[in-house]
Amino acid sequence: MATPPNSQETRNAASPAASPPRPGVARYVSGSAAQALLVPVLAVFVGLLLGGVVIAATDAGVAAVFRAFSADPGGVFRAIWQAVVKGYGALFYGSIGSPREMLDGYRIYLETGDNKALLKAIYPFTESLTTATPYIFAGLAVALGFRCGLFNIGAEGQFFIGALGAAFVGYSISGLPAFLHLPLALLGGALAGAVWGAVPGYLKARFGAHEVVNTIMMNWIAFRLSDWLLTGPMQAAGFRPVTPNIKMTAALPRFFEDPLRFNWGFILALVMAYVVYWLLFKTTIGFEIRAVGANPDGAKYAGINVVRNFVLVMTLSGALAGLAGTAQVLGVDHWVGQGFSAGYGFDSIALALLGKSHPLGVVLAALLFGFLRSGATRMQSLAGIPIDIISIIQGLVIIFVAAPALIRWLFRIPVPTAEETVLTRGWGK
Amino acid sequence: MAAETLSLPATEAAQRKRLLIGALLIALGLGMILLFLPDSEAEQTAKFGMNLVGSAAIKIPDLVVPVQASLYILSLVVVFVGAFHMARGVRSSGALFGIVALAFVGAFLVWATKGKSFSLIGMLSSSLVRATPIALAALCGVISERAAVVNIGIEGIMLISAQAAVVAATVTKSLGLGMLIGILMGGLIAAIHAFLVIRFKVDQIVSGVAINIFAAGITSFISSKYLQEQGDLLNNSGTFPIIQIPLLSRIPILGPIFFENNIVVYLMMLIVIVMHIVLYYTPWGLRTRAVGEHPKAADTLGVNVFFVRYVNVIVGGMIAGLGGVYFTLGSVGRFDEIMTAGKGFIGLAAMISGNWNPIGAFLASLIFGFADSLQVKMQILATPIPWQFLAMAPYLITMVVLTGVIGRAIPPAADGQPYEKQ
Repeated sequence: MATPPNSQETRNAASPAASPPRPGVARYVSGSAAQALLVPVLAVFVGLLLGGVVIAATDAGVAAVFRAFSADPGGVFRAIWQAVVKGYGALFYGSIGSPREMLDGYRIYLETGDNKALLKAIYPFTESLTTATPYIFAGLAVALGFRCGLFNIGAEGQFFIGALGAAFVGYSISGLPAFLHLPLALLGGALAGAVWGAVPGYLKARFGAHEVVNTIMMNWIAFRLSDWLLTGPMQAAGFRPVTPNIKMTAALPRFFEDPLRFNWGFILALVMAYVVYWLLFKTTIGFEIRAVGANPDGAKYAGINVVRNFVLVMTLSGALAGLAGTAQVLGVDHWVGQGFSAGYGFDSIALALLGKSHPLGVVLAALLFGFLRSGATRMQSLAGIPIDIISIIQGLVIIFVAAPALIRWLFRIPVPTAEETVLTRGWGK
Repeated sequence: MAAETLSLPATEAAQRKRLLIGALLIALGLGMILLFLPDSEAEQTAKFGMNLVGSAAIKIPDLVVPVQASLYILSLVVVFVGAFHMARGVRSSGALFGIVALAFVGAFLVWATKGKSFSLIGMLSSSLVRATPIALAALCGVISERAAVVNIGIEGIMLISAQAAVVAATVTKSLGLGMLIGILMGGLIAAIHAFLVIRFKVDQIVSGVAINIFAAGITSFISSKYLQEQGDLLNNSGTFPIIQIPLLSRIPILGPIFFENNIVVYLMMLIVIVMHIVLYYTPWGLRTRAVGEHPKAADTLGVNVFFVRYVNVIVGGMIAGLGGVYFTLGSVGRFDEIMTAGKGFIGLAAMISGNWNPIGAFLASLIFGFADSLQVKMQILATPIPWQFLAMAPYLITMVVLTGVIGRAIPPAADGQPYEKQ
């Protein structure tokens, strides 16, 4: 039997009223939305905490005073505190900027009409939003797959191929007005990604070949193909393995002048998040997708075409991942080079998990990752902490999000009555 | 599948599939003639080196073959196999595709080498070396998945082990100790994975993904914080020496390929044999397979399901750890960021293509290693086909294998499912 997919929400909503006073942190939150947010928020908190441990443990200042631990234990804690504050302070400054500089800049703008100081002050913040843009698309891609019980681990390849598709449309066609060229380039990127996602989807539906392995294989095929394209047919004049720059008619317009790169891609990403929400929760197609995800056998028994849903979801998922690459190339870089997609595949999985495969959750998670990634660059230069600390924190966050039992045990939160969403099911049928 | 069912009264679908595959093979054979022959000249020869420089093996003459004649013969072999399959059917699909693949690769090599010389033994020997980390990853997958625990974090385990091994070996100035640390580190990470998925029932694939992200982060973090500045003190271990096995390494062809390698390669081959024996001929292997196929039945008969899973996953992690050791101590003697470059995932593909058994996984790894080494050699020979397309071949082969056309890979029945004791 297919579990009606919204039973989880209704049960969640009902549980706070029915349950007795709750122990632990759960006492301070109420309502289903807060409940749903609790585990991810605590997971991020614990992740940052452990990240702080890594920062302190590898800090030269801490190591220096640690040798005199018995003489001055307080000094060690002060050094640890300083190291962590310095690191996370730089992270915060790098990702959001300084509120005071923003106010000052705004005042100067009001008084003199000169926006230089204001733009400089909001640069870190807009840069974080710019970094978050491809994350939103890519996270939605994986989240959509999860809703149908499909694990799209190939977002990285789809991202790359999508970017190449968009870049090709962007640089090869000239003379079109922007209102035609830009949509064409977006479509080109989405289609290229869709093809890359559809192949594993079809193989899964027709032959039962597991999408995890096939999407990984498609990743490697994408990397090799792009190696060839970037050193051959799509190479710009010169020796560097990069595509030519796209025509400006295909670029996503930017909101401010250089060097601020914040562009319409972000708005497009938010719109797409709403579209995915609407598709999943307001349409029959979405109901079918979620039914297949909840129980493929039950869905089949209820007359839902499981095979068609697998292909559809993988195609849409690929298109979304392709749009992630497209947004990056049309909005930010304007050209594609080797290693363009590095890291986006795994990050997008982390986003979907953290956002609990809900479009709104994915947007929030993507904003978080965008701020972390963008701030980490600053942290590296200001505090000397390698940017890879972000990957460490991400890995930890995923473990905690995926192991609600661990978080519940740490913070003494009672087990909710609703069952956990099934994400994947082995290599199986 | 079609080929296997032919001993039974063939159904119409199987019959059609057989005819289709046969026709495709004939087309392939004819295609090979069209593809390879036109730009070769009569009298041209291809020279294959059969000796390895510095090898202890007895020297044998190099193999010189006439290009056009060999191409005709190999293409006709494929056409003949296709025709035979159409007419009579070949029982073993493995043999069918094995012969075709050999003929195709042979024809390709002759064509690529025409008018030049090419060290065949050199390539085969580097195939085995390149297959080593893939095989170790695949063996890790086999042993844990036979107990129904999917471990997709092999890539991350190898990365962490590679780094731990090289740092330990550099600091202690002992390669053996470095290897031990690498192996233990692999066991430790796998133990965390096992704990998360068995005790906390974390989704197995998610846990593996988290391990991969975490491993990429922590190794790159340590690398840029410490290893890059103090490379000589922390990240410069040297590599395992090549050990020539007495007598065996004197055998021409086989000697240079199998019996002149470093210890990681030998250990890998040993593990293949030992794992095969353990899985199929010992009580522990029987328990492992029972836990992987039907944990409840195994539990009813008194097998401790959780214990078997813990042990297998941890042993698997140690094998993957050895795979990590290969990257540093067995290969370049230095750690570079993200140096495993997807080998762990390819190992998983090899495990599936090898149908979850050690020898199959080893053979599949050899194919990947061969393709890897072929691609490097082809870059040197400068063939008209871009090397990137050759490099795609193993991935395409894996995808074809997964479709089940060549013979379906069947995972252990309970693979990936947590077990709840009642």
